Amino acid sequence: MNRQIVKLFAFIVALFAVLVGFTSYWSVFDAKALKEKNANKRPLLEQQQIERGRILTADGTVIARSVPKGRGEALRYVRRYPEGSLFGHPIGYSFVKEGDSEFEQFHNDELVGNESEFSSILDELRGRAQEGDDIVTNLDSEAQRVALADLEEAGFGAVVAIEPRSGRVKVMASNVPFDPNRVPYELEKLNSNETETPLLNRATQGRYPPGSTFKVVTAAAGLDSGTITPETTIDAPGTLDIQGQPLQNDFDEDFGPISLDTALTNSVNTWFAQLGEQVGQDTLFEYMDKFGFNSKPAIDLPSDQVLPSGILEGNALLGRNDPIDIARVAIGQERLLATPLQMAEVAAAVANGGTLMKPQIWSRVVDPDGRVTKRLDPSEYSQPISQETAEELNAAMQGVVNEGTGTNAEIPGITVAGKTGTAETPYNESCGGGSEENQAWFMGFAPAEDPKIAIAASVECTEQFGNDVAAPIFRDVAETILDGE
Amino acid sequence: MSARNRELMALVPVALLLTAGFAAVFAQENAKLDDASLVYGAYFFAVCLATHFYLRIRLPNADPYLFPMVALLMAFGLVMVYRIDADLARDQANWFVLGLVLFAATIHFLRDYDVLERYRYTIAVAGLLLLLAPRLPGIGQQVNGAYLGVKLGPLAFQPAEFSKICLVVFLASYLREHREVLIVGARRVLGVTLPPLKHFGPMLVVWGASMFMLVFIRDLGSSLMFFAAFLALLYVATGRFSFVVIGMAMFLVGAWFFASTVPHVHDRVEIWLDPYAHPQESGYQILQSIFAQADGGLFGKGFGQGLITIPGTDNALLPAAQTDTIYSLIVNELGLFGACAVVSIYLLFSARGFKIALLADDGFSKLLATGLTAVFAIQAFVIIGGVTRVIPLTGVTLPFISYGGSSIVANFVLLALLLLVSDRARREAAVR
Repeated sequence: MNRQIVKLFAFIVALFAVLVGFTSYWSVFDAKALKEKNANKRPLLEQQQIERGRILTADGTVIARSVPKGRGEALRYVRRYPEGSLFGHPIGYSFVKEGDSEFEQFHNDELVGNESEFSSILDELRGRAQEGDDIVTNLDSEAQRVALADLEEAGFGAVVAIEPRSGRVKVMASNVPFDPNRVPYELEKLNSNETETPLLNRATQGRYPPGSTFKVVTAAAGLDSGTITPETTIDAPGTLDIQGQPLQNDFDEDFGPISLDTALTNSVNTWFAQLGEQVGQDTLFEYMDKFGFNSKPAIDLPSDQVLPSGILEGNALLGRNDPIDIARVAIGQERLLATPLQMAEVAAAVANGGTLMKPQIWSRVVDPDGRVTKRLDPSEYSQPISQETAEELNAAMQGVVNEGTGTNAEIPGITVAGKTGTAETPYNESCGGGSEENQAWFMGFAPAEDPKIAIAASVECTEQFGNDVAAPIFRDVAETILDGE
Repeated sequence: MSARNRELMALVPVALLLTAGFAAVFAQENAKLDDASLVYGAYFFAVCLATHFYLRIRLPNADPYLFPMVALLMAFGLVMVYRIDADLARDQANWFVLGLVLFAATIHFLRDYDVLERYRYTIAVAGLLLLLAPRLPGIGQQVNGAYLGVKLGPLAFQPAEFSKICLVVFLASYLREHREVLIVGARRVLGVTLPPLKHFGPMLVVWGASMFMLVFIRDLGSSLMFFAAFLALLYVATGRFSFVVIGMAMFLVGAWFFASTVPHVHDRVEIWLDPYAHPQESGYQILQSIFAQADGGLFGKGFGQGLITIPGTDNALLPAAQTDTIYSLIVNELGLFGACAVVSIYLLFSARGFKIALLADDGFSKLLATGLTAVFAIQAFVIIGGVTRVIPLTGVTLPFISYGGSSIVANFVLLALLLLVSDRARREAAVR
């Protein structure tokens, strides 16, 4: 019988090996997938027992913090947003039942203090409970307040302000805003509000026709590729026939042969349309790519909550070989759409001597003991244009504010460079279908000689022009930021 | 070193481990070290020591590792159950002591365990009656659609735990006597070796009756356990693998039959195949069991850190954490490593049990040790396999770890029998 007993034991060993195998599968190999299962509330329940770290503005204002509820075993933390709707975008929300969004979602690991399994073991041996780290953002609470207040007066839209040298995002405001404190009570309502779409961060997900602001990109491509110099003149008639359709200047004004300065100051459509054709589709695409178009922005927000800018057919980006009316792209029309964040990046690149820095919302992570555990250093995204080109564009953009279409952006005692944009969006369903609706833009930077801030402001569904509604927002936000320095 | 001294040496770290375990739980609950852990550790060590001295006198040659391994499992169980609910742990500690009393009594009264052979039919009938008891009006209890418990005044217990020992004793004794005829009398029919019905019959009756009872009381876990133990013994006694194959075939037919006719069985299988179909209702326990394991990772969350109820409520996040799903809680809090340790202890226990069977001289001792060890190992497999979704989840206890008096006491009787066999085997082996 002994032989059978040994075999029986071997069988038992095999059975137990299966147990170890299954346990390993559930606890290690398949663990990640299991934690993401909808039916699995365990990770969320555990997370709410951790005191989530705070989110702060650069000036120390608390944007989000966690408050304890209950005691002992029932202790859990609930998220509070003391500033209400001011930072609903881009911070988002985080609740156990409703989930999370935007910055709160992207930085979940730091905020709950997740570490590698090994270092959490060390913490456990030292008897430390898991605590979340604080994150200090680059946001400027005063400027954000001004931006949102101006937007609420002007209409739906967004404002993005970036420090050109570092890429630090100082303002990201989106109207209609939402109050994250209300999310546990009215998420359904916020989600189903299709006219105001308060949960949509228009700064990163609102794609609008950029209109004349895009002429800066066209000019950048023309100058930098050597197609033109600042002195090159192009004859700009009142109207041009492009692909069988007339392309006109405002009031069909005939400018005759003019150079870049005059063309940009007066936002001459026929001039830029011809420049676009001279530059060509390939080269224009090349420069668009370098400015950040055609790919998702390199910003620390969840990738499903940011959108790329570019020429769109439906939701698909068109490429450099697709049939496109490049003359109209050059003046910001055709099927070209851009987010306010993208246009702020264009302004920032020009302001920074042609170097585009990655836009960064946060600057450092601070652990509960006050030690800085992570620091986000400024990092270069690309070098779309040379310093020389940037200086030439800078000069031309100053003309726009001094004597051209963007005079409302003027700040007393400070030189401002910028560009207006007014894209006609008549019969747009989301604007209620009116025939006079525009998308109004202003993008620019100040002070022009030593740019401290680059801003893009965009307002939807307005009957006014970029200089009327968007330029004043630029001015107010820029003034607030420059005053604070 | 003599066997008993080795046992003593092994008990010291077990007691220290229990002390450390309690200290960890206290530290987690009150954020401080508590002297109570030392007191509990001392009590535990005292009880183990008393048992050890008893063994020193009564069974000096018995296997030195089995009792320390059981003490280790008990220590594991006591700490885990304490961490779930201190009151439950008090019960558990009482049962531990009660179990040891029965353990001592078994050793005292069954020193000559051959006597069991003489009463094998009585024992078989007793085992069957025990299984029937939960369905008897007045004393039977229904829990979760199964009739597992018996309540006699203040005394409540699960008779299947004791019944499994009765069945093993009966099978071991019957097979010892009839194994020769079963082998010699086997005939080949259509290429399959069949056992002779005349000698196979009585055993089939007892076994069939017990299987029927188990379905009748809807204790699927135990029926699986009984069946596996039966096949294991049959295989060891006859050496005919074909018998096992026939048995498996019968089992599959039976399982299919019951799965399609008995709703309770059918549900269990459905849940096993697709727990996500009703994640909040029928699939909740197995899913939460697996989610708890997923959360444990390699090293676990630490004693007392896992969630058992939904915070702020009394709703279970891990249902039946102190009984059925205690293994999942171990994975959750002690990680894959802790769980492997537990599985290893059961495996080592089986190794020692089968070693006893190998050493034993006479057929009955061999079969008895084999049967007891097999039923013990398979019980561990059935519940661990259940909560890890290897097989459908059925409610049996994790031996010596799960909360539950019947299981602890019955398994101490099982241990006593194993040690009795071991003592004689090793004594005779030494003489040889």
